[in-house]
Amino acid sequence: MQVYLPIAEVSVNAFLLLGLGGLVGILSGMFGVGGGFLMTPLLFFIGIPPAVAVATEAAQIVASSFSGVLAHLKRKTVDLRMGTVLLVGGLIGAAAGVQVFALLTKLGQVDLLVRLCYVVFLGLIGGLMFFESLRAIRRARRAGHTPVAKRRQRGWIDALPFKMRFRTSGLYISVIPPLLVGLFVGVLAAIMGVGGGFIMVPAMIYLLGMPTKVVVGTSLFQIIFVTGFSTLMHATTNFTVDMVLAVLLLVGGVVGAQIGTRIGVRMKAEQLRILLAIMVLIVCGRLAMDLLLEPAELYSIGFAGAGH
Amino acid sequence: MLALTLLLTTIPVQETMAQETVVAGLSRAAIEINTNFNGSEILIFGAVGRVSPPPEGAPLHVIITVEGPDQPVTVRRKERRFGIWMNIDAVEVDAAPTFYAVATTGPLNEVLTQTEDLRLQISVPRAIRAVGVNVGDTDNFTDALIRIRGDSDLYQMNEGSVTLRDATLFDTSFRLPANLVEGDYRTRIFLTRNGEVVGSFSHDIAVRKVGLERFIYNLAHDRPLLYGILSLVIAIVAGWLASAVFRYIRP
Repeated sequence: MQVYLPIAEVSVNAFLLLGLGGLVGILSGMFGVGGGFLMTPLLFFIGIPPAVAVATEAAQIVASSFSGVLAHLKRKTVDLRMGTVLLVGGLIGAAAGVQVFALLTKLGQVDLLVRLCYVVFLGLIGGLMFFESLRAIRRARRAGHTPVAKRRQRGWIDALPFKMRFRTSGLYISVIPPLLVGLFVGVLAAIMGVGGGFIMVPAMIYLLGMPTKVVVGTSLFQIIFVTGFSTLMHATTNFTVDMVLAVLLLVGGVVGAQIGTRIGVRMKAEQLRILLAIMVLIVCGRLAMDLLLEPAELYSIGFAGAGH
Repeated sequence: MLALTLLLTTIPVQETMAQETVVAGLSRAAIEINTNFNGSEILIFGAVGRVSPPPEGAPLHVIITVEGPDQPVTVRRKERRFGIWMNIDAVEVDAAPTFYAVATTGPLNEVLTQTEDLRLQISVPRAIRAVGVNVGDTDNFTDALIRIRGDSDLYQMNEGSVTLRDATLFDTSFRLPANLVEGDYRTRIFLTRNGEVVGSFSHDIAVRKVGLERFIYNLAHDRPLLYGILSLVIAIVAGWLASAVFRYIRP
């Protein structure tokens, strides 16, 4: 069944979109990730214009994170104060990111920017995760026990001014690092059409030293507002949010996530992580090839005005 | 004196024009893009009206064009920089039709002279106007535009696809792809003899988004903030509904 997408202005098979949503949903349910970093490149591959893919994916992330945030709020595993600081940075970053996106669309370099961001971040995260989980599997085989995590070392972060007490996380640190983390994630959200959890969660644990139990809830709290904001920015400056596309992907995604969660609980954490790492590296490699190999068609057509 | 010669030369042309006229019909006056729009086919048919028997000699030919609304486009070319293929040179094309199809009774270079093509802008390259010159080889860019749009059936050259019976009745059909741009699609019919146009006819077909498609598109462009908020709310509700239904089916 073909569906004509009103904003993307292409005709796509509805079951393909439901299926894609479902597939990414299963993976995100299994691995507990947002899935935006997989969905957006997949949308490029099936011929959705990158600008529409990025903006629509932002709307989808809001919707799919919504129930998660509610659950975490109920369990009180959200550090609202830290979330707000991250959010302030995130909103500034997203606003800047959307402007950069609009400017590069005009210059014809938006495709390159989005792809480059993906290759760099997917390569980095995938590579780190792959080696880290390999090491974890080897360690588990050899010793059969997990070593005690080292306490966070006091360093340059504690020397920064504007300290603030974050009671839920049990931290007394400067607001500058969380602001910068939020800002960075906001820019990525606007440019890459991702939630940014894959950057924020490690940054919160290793850089800010937040306790693991509040990390996921707090990052979801920040993500939902930042991606919501970037959806609105894309809708008003670039006119690229496709409602029909978002709903189709979402319905598939939500059902897929439920299935994925059930599969996920039956697998070991290290195995899951190594699988996710391999998948991330495959997507990264596919995108890198497009940049490095000579394309079959050197020319491309762009519209003179952005969005229209 | 000069005016008189001009007058004398124009009269016979007008007479031949009046001798053979086009009476045409379209299978549809409007095309509606709705949610399950997957391209469309239009049938164009007609007859050659005459007051006297057809002139002897050169056979009659028919050329039919369908032209979508013009849009300025930017054609970009990738080059390798720092090991990466990126867009470097660009050519602005002031007006390129978003859709353009030509159908003829025979090879275009036989049924139409270069001069007439230039005057009436019938063939695909003539229908494109590239003015801004940023690089030396503008032709490569316009060729690429024609090639890329040709690959996705947006530019079609259907030589010999018009059937002409008894030099009077003609018909042809065009396949319009799914990714049509809204607007008025100008349909032109030319009658030619010896490569000269002896009669012509023009009519517009309206291509419009309708129903939900129209509503969403208008909302997105006229009230973007409301549309953005609405998208988020609908997405959240849809996600919540889907999970509720799923949990209901598989507890």
